[in-house]
Amino acid sequence: MAAPPIAIELPVKFSRESASPVIVFENVSIAFEDKPVLDGISFKLAKGETKAIFGVAGSGKSTLLKLALGLIKPDSGSIYVLGEDIVQKSEEELFELRRKVGIVFQESALFDSLTVRENVAFRLLEEGHISESEIERRVREALSFVELENTVDLFPSELSGGMRRRVAIARAIITEPEILLYDSPTAGLDPVTSTTIVELIVKQRDVYKTSSLLVTHRLQDAFTMASHYFDPKTNHMQPLPPAAIPDVPICFLLLRDGKIIFDGSVKDLAESKDEYIREYIS
Amino acid sequence: MELISPTDFAKEKVLAVQEYALLSAHAIANLFRQPRYFADIVQQADFIGFGSLPIVVLTGFFTGAVLALNSASTLQKFGSLTLIAQLVSVGMVTELGPVLTGLMIAGRNSSGMASELGSMVVTEQIDAMRALGTNPIKKLVTPRVVSTVFMLFFLTIISDLLGLFGGAVISHLVYAIDWHQYWTSAWQALAFRDVFTGLVKPLLFGFIVSTIGCYYGLSARGGTQGVGRATTQAVVAASVLILAVDLFATKLLMAILGNR
Ligand SMILES: Nc1ncnc2c1ncn2[C@@H]1O[C@H](COP(=O)(O)OP(=O)(O)OP(=O)(O)O)[C@@H](O)[C@H]1O
Ligand SMILES: [Mg+2]
Repeated sequence: MAAPPIAIELPVKFSRESASPVIVFENVSIAFEDKPVLDGISFKLAKGETKAIFGVAGSGKSTLLKLALGLIKPDSGSIYVLGEDIVQKSEEELFELRRKVGIVFQESALFDSLTVRENVAFRLLEEGHISESEIERRVREALSFVELENTVDLFPSELSGGMRRRVAIARAIITEPEILLYDSPTAGLDPVTSTTIVELIVKQRDVYKTSSLLVTHRLQDAFTMASHYFDPKTNHMQPLPPAAIPDVPICFLLLRDGKIIFDGSVKDLAESKDEYIREYIS
Repeated sequence: MELISPTDFAKEKVLAVQEYALLSAHAIANLFRQPRYFADIVQQADFIGFGSLPIVVLTGFFTGAVLALNSASTLQKFGSLTLIAQLVSVGMVTELGPVLTGLMIAGRNSSGMASELGSMVVTEQIDAMRALGTNPIKKLVTPRVVSTVFMLFFLTIISDLLGLFGGAVISHLVYAIDWHQYWTSAWQALAFRDVFTGLVKPLLFGFIVSTIGCYYGLSARGGTQGVGRATTQAVVAASVLILAVDLFATKLLMAILGNR
């Protein structure tokens, strides 16, 4: 479908400089059994921005997301999430903060003894004071967001891998968190399903203005996100005219040997002279 | 296999004991904090309690019966066969009922908890739970501890009664002891300290079974094989600990309540 020529009201009026950062990594290092995985990395995620994180397998991308949630603690450095220093916080204090952050794990990590409904509703059920009809309504809403309304009574083992990913997304977004962390949401999926998931992420970005870290192996997915916007009228994403592309709130971060070797916009990435980067994006 | 130095080995063990103690402390502390997971407690209680009923009934009955059979042949030599009811009743209530029920529940539920929580660890479900803002110790460990302690207490009483019944059946059928006389002397043989000892032990054993099962489950590493290892280790550790604690608890309670 071709883009409507002029009438686009750009969904994203975004300026990186004015937006306050929601996640800040300062000189963060972590090693597993004496093997350094992340070595003094620093970056910022601005409010409303999506940061696509790349790197070869084992370069520490999942580790980075787990650090951002305080699931593991760094050996050194500071991490701030929504202005709070999470390295110093106790696990009990982190539970509060984590309610404002959603995560989609690499392997989905759905609770396999709970149904799809109970999985998606998990956070609401834990809150304890939300009425059953309200929970049911929000579960339906979250599942319709990922187009899986008819799976509510199934168990995760009865779903396909791509469906599980989408249930995991529904579970992460149900409380409308301020930050979303996606770990390889399109890995190992067919092009059609992965486009559906990319569309969901773009929708979350453009409709709900959620800030997010997105780990992916597929450069092409990130480029799609950088060049499309979500049109609520057609409920699909639409390509942007080239002139509007620099305004899309997405940037790229490339990890190599525990260091950040690139952190910048699509344009910078395309113009990079670094040989490794050229090879990576080709 | 990699060899590790004795000091590293010792450090590892001390660390494990420390972690276990911490987990147990947290599990108890969470009892007094909101939210309390009543639905999870009830679900676990149903699984542990009613699910274990058949094995507990059978164990109790057969233990009591064989206890009667064994002691009868000795007692007969001294011509004091009438003591059989007292022997069965004291033996069952103070020792065999609690210990065997504890061991049975350890075999059934320590392993169940270790494999369930272990699988959740290796499939990142525990991390997912933490990420969703829920404390896994509060949600998973505390309800298991509460319901195991509670259910083991009642299962032990059932086992004791079934043991006495098993003894009665043997006494009556094999040694022609009067039914009524058996129950009267079985009842009269029990002093307060016997009953007290017999009811304190299941509380300790229930705590051991559940915390050990959860500890090994939560510390499982290394995929399905790791879960399998955690499961076996949990049963072994829980069983040995039950027998060891039984010895110390018996000695301690004797010191407090006085010898027979
Ligand atoms: N819990 C852990 N214990 C020991 N080593 C770990 C642990 N978690 C991660 N690692 C190591 O850290 C490195 C980075 O792992 P990580 O999962 O972050 O990689 P990744 O970039 O997400 O890879 P992939 O693209 O395959 O998902 C790997 O070499 C891995 O072996
Ligand atoms: Mg990963």
